[in-house]
Amino acid sequence: MSDTKYTYAVARIRALENALFTDAVIEQILACPTAEQALQFVKEKGWGSGAADEDMDSLLNREEEKAWEVIRDVAPDIHLFDVLSYPKLYHNLKAAVKKACTGAPGEHIFYEDCSIPGQEMLKIVENKEFSRLPGNMPGAAQEAFETLLHTGDGQLCDVLIDRAALEAVFEAGEKSGEPIIRDYADTTVAIADIRIAVRARKTGKTAEFMQRAMAPCRSISTEQLIRAALAGEDEISRYLAGTAYAGGAEALKESPSAFERWCDDRMTEIMKPQKYQTFSVGPLLGYLTGRQNEIKTVRIILTGKQNGFPDDAIRERIREMYV
Amino acid sequence: MSELGIVYALLGAAVAVLLSGTGSAIGVGIAGQAAAGVVTEDPGKFAKVLIIQLLPGTQGLYGLLIGFITLSKIGVLGGGLADLSVSTGLLILAACLPIGVVGLLSAIAQGKTAAASIGIIAKKPDQFAKAMLFPAMVETYAILALLISFLSVTGIQV
Repeated sequence: MSDTKYTYAVARIRALENALFTDAVIEQILACPTAEQALQFVKEKGWGSGAADEDMDSLLNREEEKAWEVIRDVAPDIHLFDVLSYPKLYHNLKAAVKKACTGAPGEHIFYEDCSIPGQEMLKIVENKEFSRLPGNMPGAAQEAFETLLHTGDGQLCDVLIDRAALEAVFEAGEKSGEPIIRDYADTTVAIADIRIAVRARKTGKTAEFMQRAMAPCRSISTEQLIRAALAGEDEISRYLAGTAYAGGAEALKESPSAFERWCDDRMTEIMKPQKYQTFSVGPLLGYLTGRQNEIKTVRIILTGKQNGFPDDAIRERIREMYV
Repeated sequence: MSELGIVYALLGAAVAVLLSGTGSAIGVGIAGQAAAGVVTEDPGKFAKVLIIQLLPGTQGLYGLLIGFITLSKIGVLGGGLADLSVSTGLLILAACLPIGVVGLLSAIAQGKTAAASIGIIAKKPDQFAKAMLFPAMVETYAILALLISFLSVTGIQV
């Protein structure tokens, strides 16, 4: 009865979905006059560890941990969620390579809630024990390490590891055998490629740089995207208009923040049908991405209020909620 | 007296009870997993999800009913075994098949529908009546099979 192995997990997620923030709750947070009141509001909704003096960062980090704790608790196969944990893992690799090569001091530069926590990653990189790393990490780590050591080019080091992360996400999606995870991974890589094209265009990067940075995926052609990026921003929009990311082309014309919001909203749109599934991993993925989206939105509101942004400027960056 | 006749008739009773009982066990199990998931997060919904979990259990009872009637008819329960020809034994076996087969498949399908309905209870407990209706629709076909098995077994002259 393999199709029923998610029955318990999905039912539990259904119950938990009741606690997710709706668009109306987000409006209520936005309506709070100060950042302190907004923070208090989310604490009253049960967010954070319960400590009265908890600050925004630790509260939001705790919420992220809680979301992962639920998934680890209910998921029959946690490896299906690698597509979501890889960004943190590869971030740790990037931070460890930079720290090992430059010796730059840095506090809190690592994520601890992933399969290889910061200090362990740093030890692997410092001892050059790259073979201990999983998947495509050994090759990427060695190349990035040597590149940074010989050229001192931090950006190139980032590009090499980021690309390896995108390839790992895409491969994990393909291997998962779950259509929704495959779609999530493919969309993640496609959106990252579009971001690279837009930023490379703005900063006048070469085709070679983009080829190095972009990872192949199903839903867009990196060759055509690179050609479009070299031809101009309008050409990127024109190319995207003929793909599944036509909405992104419109958002690009509006503003960079509108494009970033569109990227997250697009993922939410992909996930929304999972609210009606009962026997698949989809609702678990939908819940986790929904939680991450909700945490990101609350962070945008709180930091916006802390920095005195007007409500309209914050509202423009607010993401669509999963429920 | 042909011994094969009584063997076929007993096999009919066994098919009715075994298949429908297995279906119910699987169906109640599936719905039970969903119920446990909801109760883990919200124990206040225990009574509602329990009722829905029990719905796929009826097929097992229908199979048991047909099994009892069959055993009674062939004299296993009454004390003296009836003298059954092979053709009568096979007729009884055939009469037991509808509730056996339909009971097995409908209970599994009902278990899955019940699990989905438990999802409704998790999110909208006030929609309990509607949530009950979806798995109850599957019950229709188990009842039809029960009816045919019942009429057939009681209609066969021993």
